[in-house]
Amino acid sequence: MKTLNRRDFGVDLGLALAAAILLPATARADDLEVHIDNFVFQPAELKIKVGTTVTWTNRDDIPHTVVSAGKFRSKTLDTDDKFSFTFTNAGDYKYFCSLHPHMTGMIKVE
Amino acid sequence: MSGHDHGGDGVSRRNVLECMTWAGTGVLWTVTGGVPRSLGIIDSAQAATAAAPGMTFLQISDSHVGFDKPANPNALGTLEEAVGKINAMPAKPSFMIHTGDITHLSKAAEFDNAERIISQSKLDVHYVPGEHDFLDEEVKLYRERYGRGTKGHGWYSFDAGGVHFVGLVNVVDLKAGGLGNLGAEQLAWLEDDLRGKSKSTPIVLFAHIPLWTVYPEWGWGTEDGGRALEYVKGFGSVTVLNGHIHQVMQKVEGNVTFHTARSTAFPQPAPGAAPSPGPMKVEDAKLRSMLGVASINFKQNEQRLAIIDTPLQG
Repeated sequence: MKTLNRRDFGVDLGLALAAAILLPATARADDLEVHIDNFVFQPAELKIKVGTTVTWTNRDDIPHTVVSAGKFRSKTLDTDDKFSFTFTNAGDYKYFCSLHPHMTGMIKVE
Repeated sequence: MSGHDHGGDGVSRRNVLECMTWAGTGVLWTVTGGVPRSLGIIDSAQAATAAAPGMTFLQISDSHVGFDKPANPNALGTLEEAVGKINAMPAKPSFMIHTGDITHLSKAAEFDNAERIISQSKLDVHYVPGEHDFLDEEVKLYRERYGRGTKGHGWYSFDAGGVHFVGLVNVVDLKAGGLGNLGAEQLAWLEDDLRGKSKSTPIVLFAHIPLWTVYPEWGWGTEDGGRALEYVKGFGSVTVLNGHIHQVMQKVEGNVTFHTARSTAFPQPAPGAAPSPGPMKVEDAKLRSMLGVASINFKQNEQRLAIIDTPLQG
């Protein structure tokens, strides 16, 4: 089976997730997205396989960051800026916005 | 003792819909559902300030120079209007404090533009940083400009007109899930800075994020702000001036008056009134009524500093 390319569908996160669920297990390593809307990481928790790349996009009018202590740290993301990180090790990655620390999220890598 | 005594008079933050006027300062404030809110204005304040002897200083905040989104496509322009208002004041204030978020993205050009406009007030300006001023990769632009003579990440104190002013930094090393943060090093410095001061010395603490807990759900508070407030407990007059939340809020607790200033750039919603604390888009005609500056008057032998918030318009 060929890799599903998000751009072929012009889809957003919801459809990308739906596609991931419909596909056989081998395709579930597809890259995933987290959106920042209204000072919230959505989805707040993602379960992914080792090797998956997650891309965060800031859709607020205010800059945010994506920081997991000792693991990864984005630059400041202005409106529509993106940050990607590929998870090569299993584990739970708690992360937050270092500017607005009440904003938290979790990536579970298995 | 003169003036009103709010100590132990049972004014609870949880009281609902309680309004009171506070003679002597003209502050009208209300408590709704546990969240104190200033109703804003105040009496014929400008004239009172002009006539009042003693020292007057200004607070401006949250200029967000570089912000160009729909909530205010020209944040530099409204900062310029604020400075114009300051220059038009009948009595020249002694100096100004800026409680942070000078820039939106900590770009050199944003700092330069802010400086170009604010310097037109021809006032000494004492700054503290907001989280938006520490966004450059090396975190050096703010400190190069405003950090001289400061400690740690930029905290310091000075005396003016018989009042002891302390500028604090609570936007560094924020912890996941937490609020603003002063940190052990700064708290130790503060305790030391206040040691030996006469308890009759009026104290003004200023910092970007509110030192009191306004609304933790939106991060509007400082994790260890209570520690700083313990150090000023014994002082007869304490005023805490903050920004960050882009709206006027005031409360009085014992001998401590807490106050937040409007932004000169864009308003933010009242706590919980919107899905997020992001910039609030209002009708163009209404914007300038929600931006502004604060003027603070200190008269010798008065317990409290009189704070007057003036919108850019309306």
